[in-house]
Amino acid sequence: MSDAFFRTEMTPPKAPPITERGVVKWLRENLFAGPYNTILTLVALYVLYSLLSNVIPWLLNGVWNANSLQECRDIVAASAGEGATGACWAMIRERWNQFLFGLYPQDLYWRPALALALLLVAIAPVLFSRVPRQLFWLTLFYPAIAFFLLWGGSIWTPIVAMMGFGVMALAYRLLVPLTGVTVAAMLGVLAAVLWWLLLDARLAEMLSTAIPVGLRSVGSDQFGGFLLALVIGVTAISFSLPLGILLALGRQSDLPVIKMLCVGFIEFIRGVPLITLIFTAALLLGYFLPRGTNFDTILRVIILVTFFAAAYLAEVIRGGLAALPRGQYEAADALGLDYWRAQRLIILPQALKISIPGIVSTFIGLFKDTTLVSFVALLDPLRGVTSVVRADLNWKGIYWEPYIFVGAIFFVICFGMSRYSMYLEKKLKTDHR
Amino acid sequence: MKKSVFFGALAATTLVAGMASAATIDDVKARGELLCGSSTGLTGFGAPDASGNWTGFDVDLCRAVAAAVLGDATKVKFVPLTGETRFTALQSGEVDLLSRNSTWTMSRDSELALDFVAVNYYDGQGFMVKKDLGVSSAKELDGATVCIQTGTTTELNLADFFKQNNITYQPVNVADDNEAQSQYVAGACDAYTTDASGLAASRATLPDAENHIILPEIISKEPLGPVVRHGDSNWGDIVRWTYYALLIAEEKGITQANVEEVLASTTDEEVKRLLGASGDMGVKIGLDNAAFKNAILAVGNYGEIFARNIGEGTSINLARGLNALWTQGGLQYAPPFR
Amino acid sequence: MTMINAAPRDDFRLSMLIYDTRYRAITIQLFVLALVLAAIWWLGSNLQANLEAKGRPLSFEFLWSRAGYDIGQTFIPYTSDSTHFRAMLVGLLNTLVLALFGCLFATIIGVIVGVLRLSKNWLVALLTSIYVEIFRNIPLLLWILVIFVPLYEMTPAPNAFKVTDEMIASGTEPAASMILGGTVAVTNRGTYIPGFLFDRGFEAGWMTTLAIFLVIAGSLAVHLTLNARARRVQEATGVRPTTWWKSLIVLFAPLVLVLWALGFHLDIPQPPTRFNFEGGVVVQNPFVAMLIALSLYTGAFIAEIVRAGIQSVSRGQTEAAFALGLRPNRTMNLVILPQALRVIIPPLISQFLNLTKNTSLGIAASYADLRGTLGGVTLNQTGREVEAMLLMMLIYLSISLIISSLMNVYNRSVQLKER
Repeated sequence: MSDAFFRTEMTPPKAPPITERGVVKWLRENLFAGPYNTILTLVALYVLYSLLSNVIPWLLNGVWNANSLQECRDIVAASAGEGATGACWAMIRERWNQFLFGLYPQDLYWRPALALALLLVAIAPVLFSRVPRQLFWLTLFYPAIAFFLLWGGSIWTPIVAMMGFGVMALAYRLLVPLTGVTVAAMLGVLAAVLWWLLLDARLAEMLSTAIPVGLRSVGSDQFGGFLLALVIGVTAISFSLPLGILLALGRQSDLPVIKMLCVGFIEFIRGVPLITLIFTAALLLGYFLPRGTNFDTILRVIILVTFFAAAYLAEVIRGGLAALPRGQYEAADALGLDYWRAQRLIILPQALKISIPGIVSTFIGLFKDTTLVSFVALLDPLRGVTSVVRADLNWKGIYWEPYIFVGAIFFVICFGMSRYSMYLEKKLKTDHR
Repeated sequence: MKKSVFFGALAATTLVAGMASAATIDDVKARGELLCGSSTGLTGFGAPDASGNWTGFDVDLCRAVAAAVLGDATKVKFVPLTGETRFTALQSGEVDLLSRNSTWTMSRDSELALDFVAVNYYDGQGFMVKKDLGVSSAKELDGATVCIQTGTTTELNLADFFKQNNITYQPVNVADDNEAQSQYVAGACDAYTTDASGLAASRATLPDAENHIILPEIISKEPLGPVVRHGDSNWGDIVRWTYYALLIAEEKGITQANVEEVLASTTDEEVKRLLGASGDMGVKIGLDNAAFKNAILAVGNYGEIFARNIGEGTSINLARGLNALWTQGGLQYAPPFR
Repeated sequence: MTMINAAPRDDFRLSMLIYDTRYRAITIQLFVLALVLAAIWWLGSNLQANLEAKGRPLSFEFLWSRAGYDIGQTFIPYTSDSTHFRAMLVGLLNTLVLALFGCLFATIIGVIVGVLRLSKNWLVALLTSIYVEIFRNIPLLLWILVIFVPLYEMTPAPNAFKVTDEMIASGTEPAASMILGGTVAVTNRGTYIPGFLFDRGFEAGWMTTLAIFLVIAGSLAVHLTLNARARRVQEATGVRPTTWWKSLIVLFAPLVLVLWALGFHLDIPQPPTRFNFEGGVVVQNPFVAMLIALSLYTGAFIAEIVRAGIQSVSRGQTEAAFALGLRPNRTMNLVILPQALRVIIPPLISQFLNLTKNTSLGIAASYADLRGTLGGVTLNQTGREVEAMLLMMLIYLSISLIISSLMNVYNRSVQLKER
């Protein structure tokens, strides 16, 4: 037995067959697994080819330096031969500012730019938990700051308007022990409304004559492009969330009248196209207000867009509320919490968490829908500014370039929002599945 | 969260509250700014340029009115309006004056409670076709596909024209001029119909303008002019006479450059009245005596406005035609200034 | 606030309206109701005052006056002499037809893409994800504009199909030719497809259509009876009688006979002698553009819904089905999809509603929908914006409510029956 053979070391493993390694394996598994998959791959490749073969030469022939569309065409014809097509990016080069800022005075571009930068800082504490909490103060006062930066005028206007909220909070604090949450909140709102209606304008005027501090005022007729889209989008988003939560709670409420009103409102708004609401804002709102009252078209549009988004959000949040197990409501009752506390501490945090994807996609939809304001002649980036640019004899007849430019910016913003919602979903996932 | 702070701030401040009182002139003076309804971008007639300044034939009329009323041609806020929103905006007081190539028709004058105060451009609806189609008259367009801008009087005229001539057509109702042009160029419609001035502007910018012809038929009268609200005749008078002042200036050879010169040297009593050197025509209408001089100083006379924006020197290249002064065989005729 | 309700006391004090939870609910509701009613009254009285000041009280008379304008695509007879009301109906029909086809195609695209996104094929999964992300994150309005243009830029004009005498003499071919055996022409105005013509049809066109429908319905009924009998025989004896040739005869013979009796033949579009093709049926490009844009856009959303639905069915279900010996496609059909459907249907309903409402952007592709006719030209020509807008909102609202109630009925039928 001594001559028995023992292997003392392993033979080195053979290299896997060529079909099972490297690029080939990847290709085989991912692209050509079976006849069905192969056909799919070939179809996909063909689609890709037919798209790119048209688009790439057009992009490659793009012209950045020209003063008119005709010049662009001449340059393309000279460099790529007669009959070749090429993009005329020179238009973007000359008019990019109008796509971004509309007709906002050029020497004041720093103001919307600063407002946007501050917006990013102000929403940081809302979006990311690792940001210092002190920044919430900026968030709280951001609306007034942004308003002051964008519209200019006296600094006292936004300050005095913000004081209305102070009045509201004060009234609420004083009244809560006496009357309970609901009534106190109502009276607080009433106090604030009275402040704005009766005192606001006079006080602001007094202060601005006494201490005139301010920026050059810019009318909202000069807003346009992505500035307009962001102003409408961000304002509507920030208002529609609280309004949507209230509507959702109202729809779930035990009080029949409140429930009926909320259902009616939500179903009406969801039942009509946004464009009819925008037309209502521009054409009809004047008829429903006292004779001669007139206010900014942009503000009117913002109000109706907010209603629109709020109705959709209400449905999303209602879904979240309905998904909570009954036990959560019962537990809150068992702890002896009143309605508002139960909602604030137990129900809403969980319901909102479930609803995050829906909420964010509503926001994305809302932001995309800001392009519809072009139907009432506001200078949105898509059709509004584009038609202004095309009215210029130099650029009359340009078609694809503005759409590609605007589409790309929309994509970046909306895609960012949807990625953020995925991040948030992951972060808030507390169940262990 | 931003709570509803923004709303309060916005509502409280941009609420341009206040009643549009009966007298538009008082509102304009109090505001220090003329609100002028303009188009969303129509080549040569009204559009913002690269630096955001509004220019164009219709825009200059607004500037003239602002110069006459406020003494400053820059104190105009241009409010872009679509075909659908323009009249409502005027009725509800969002704009003081609509200068956005709107056709004067009876129903607009009566039913919509508007007043057309003058005709600053005599236009007519025409057709543009490609030369190789072999069409030389609009009556040969039987069965053709025609692009029209929706929301204008041209839609009605087109239907009437084809019905009268007992021929048929296939309409393509397009949202705006640029898209209509784009469809026409690609051949998605055989003919493009709109006001002859618009056709000329479109044709001027085509890369192969020589391959397109504008058919001889003008199928409608399109008197375009500034519009004001019904019921404020004083304001209507101001706009009307500012416009006539520009016409008279052309008739009398007063230009932007030589106003002061003429004022110093003239012996013509009408010119003196126009420029505020004698009489108090301006005050009678609720303005300064120098109001019309300011208007001419700001934008020049009618001929200059025409030449600068749409005339033969520009690439739109419109002939004066019907819009020449009456002394030169056109229709532009101002009543006497006395 | 009050956790322990004291025993109801007999004497009622006014302060109980605020402090007593039993009465407070009523107080609050009454207060809110009063507030809302006051607001409605305020708005209504403003409307009335404003309209009176304009000298034109609310009136829908304008609907019966002559419209005076023409519409590109009409499913019912319409001329410029018709009334505004008829123009509105034309627009409404255009909206409904577009919405119907849009929902259909969007669902097809959505289901295919949703399944393909889960494909193991890397390239396909990548391309479908790009499609979904691009369409979801760019405004629909842009897609309509971008899809409409190639439709008329890249297709030949009807003129290109024209055959002139000189061309025959010199033997040159026209620049473009019809496809599918010379029956279909794709042009930059629309696609011309063969229509149906009946040489010996009834006087009234609808009678012919009705006759054909009746025959088809009759055939189907007989076919179903045949099948039902076959099933009974199978249940009783275990042997299913062969029915396929009977069904074939029942289904097709009567139809062929009727068509022959009516003198049916195809109406093939003829290349233009002047401007447009003659004969045949035209599917206009604005409609095609809107249809493509709406179905691709909504399809991207539906794809996500379908994907989420399929992923929501737990892995164990697939494994259990495999363990039972079901093949993959039967697993999909019998196990996964029925369960996924319950998750898919509710969001699908809201996508259908969205699509229907988005048809109102038709004007961007020159499509004359309800907003283009009633809310566009009619509103503009008559100046009756209040009436036209209210009517339009009412119509859209009714469409939405009808769709959502129909779909909810269906939803209830597929929901899990909980006992």
